[in-house]
Amino acid sequence: MGLEIMDDVRKDFVRNMLSEGDREDGRGFREYREISLKRDIMNKAEGSACVKLGDTEVLVGAKLEVGSPFPDSPTEGVLITNAELVPLASPEFESGPPNEKSIQLARVVDRGIRGSGVIDLGKLCIEEGEKVWILFLDIHVLDNNGNLVDAAALGAIAALQNIRVPNEKYGLTGEETLQVHDTPVAVTMVEIDGTIVVDPTCNEENAATNRLTAISNADGSLSGLQKTGSYGMKEETIVEMVELGIEKAGEIREKFLNVPS
Amino acid sequence: MKKEGEIEFIKDGKRVDGRSFDELRNIKIDVGVLKRADGSCYFELGNNKVLAAVYGPREMHPRHAQDAKMAVVKFRYNMAPFSVDDRKRPGPDRRSVEISKVSREALDPVILREYYPKAAIEVYVEILQSDAGTRTAGINAASVALADAGVPMRDLVSSVAVGKVGGEIVLDLNAVEDNYGEADMPIAMIARRNTITALQMDGNLTKDEFEKGLKLAMKACQQIYELQRTALIGRYNKGESAKLKDSGT
Repeated sequence: MGLEIMDDVRKDFVRNMLSEGDREDGRGFREYREISLKRDIMNKAEGSACVKLGDTEVLVGAKLEVGSPFPDSPTEGVLITNAELVPLASPEFESGPPNEKSIQLARVVDRGIRGSGVIDLGKLCIEEGEKVWILFLDIHVLDNNGNLVDAAALGAIAALQNIRVPNEKYGLTGEETLQVHDTPVAVTMVEIDGTIVVDPTCNEENAATNRLTAISNADGSLSGLQKTGSYGMKEETIVEMVELGIEKAGEIREKFLNVPS
Repeated sequence: MKKEGEIEFIKDGKRVDGRSFDELRNIKIDVGVLKRADGSCYFELGNNKVLAAVYGPREMHPRHAQDAKMAVVKFRYNMAPFSVDDRKRPGPDRRSVEISKVSREALDPVILREYYPKAAIEVYVEILQSDAGTRTAGINAASVALADAGVPMRDLVSSVAVGKVGGEIVLDLNAVEDNYGEADMPIAMIARRNTITALQMDGNLTKDEFEKGLKLAMKACQQIYELQRTALIGRYNKGESAKLKDSGT
């Protein structure tokens, strides 16, 4: 019960600061925290990346295994995205089966990757109806200081960019790398008392009425949207957020993803 | 989203099922169809058949999940195993957990939750037959069922999906369009306030297509709102006239 009071105090704190044009960490409303991206850091994973977004830290590992295709798509590989909010990462996380927060996180990241056609699942077919590559993207949250989605989505695309296909492990021959056709970037914004703030911290997420994640591609088109929060939003706000999301995604892509792989 | 294949989505300005781009499927709403529930609604959207029941406000279990300031809305979206082509394994999967969360958040803004601290308002949506757009049908049904249960609300919530098929932005995707189309964007809104309470999108849309789709969906929600309202009025008017008949007037 005591914690709930602190929640309210922190919410007021965030709101008061915003009303004076300030954020708790001194950032501008449309400014990201410092991003650092490290690739290929886990040698057991076929691809991996660690993203730091300020104090938020997310590790993404990609594994490729041989398995059976789904009956309704015998010529396509399978992409499975999963997220774990392990109790190490936050006092609010509990061990146990995936809850709606971790499921939503995984599904929003998954949607961005599918929507932009980053991976040609047809290329992951080894033997029609029998053998395909199953691509697992596992999001492991290490430190939750807000905005897990953007960190996880950036980690996911970066991990995909450096995948090595483990052909020899399964006695196969084929391409060593996976073609990554696009660079979707997730940008999450929150609305607090009518003010739009990019890349929210935990306190800002808690103080927010609504959160919107816009995932956009290199050509500026959208490959995923998700609104979260128990409040209504105006059409103008949503449109403004989507525009802002596309703009911010461009900046992040330029800096971190447009690398010759 | 799968590949388009050889499907011809648009022919002579009409869609695969003969509808125009901005045309909803047939909607049927029955209010108060279940005896035990405090409120209920049967909702058909084309071939979708959805049933919603509301229980509460009643005591929230588990107690540690109570909110000292307002009622907690529980929303469970569940698909019957026989509701889809290939039998669905019973019980919640990741998709239904996410849909439940999004749907709950779509309804939260209209429910006067602060009237019932520590209580639970439970919404159960069962998809009996599925044909794309079940989450929007579920939200529409739940909204009517909440009103039927007498849960204090600011307004109704209406929901519909828009999408992109064959390069066109169209309203209320059917199963073929949903499975093989280019994008799907379900929204929910408080129609009379033009306030959006749920928004998701998967697939691929340009910014202009997104804005066009949003406008189209918002317009259709006004239509759905009128149908929901008419169904509720019909239900309670019928009750009134039956009572009058019983008393001999």
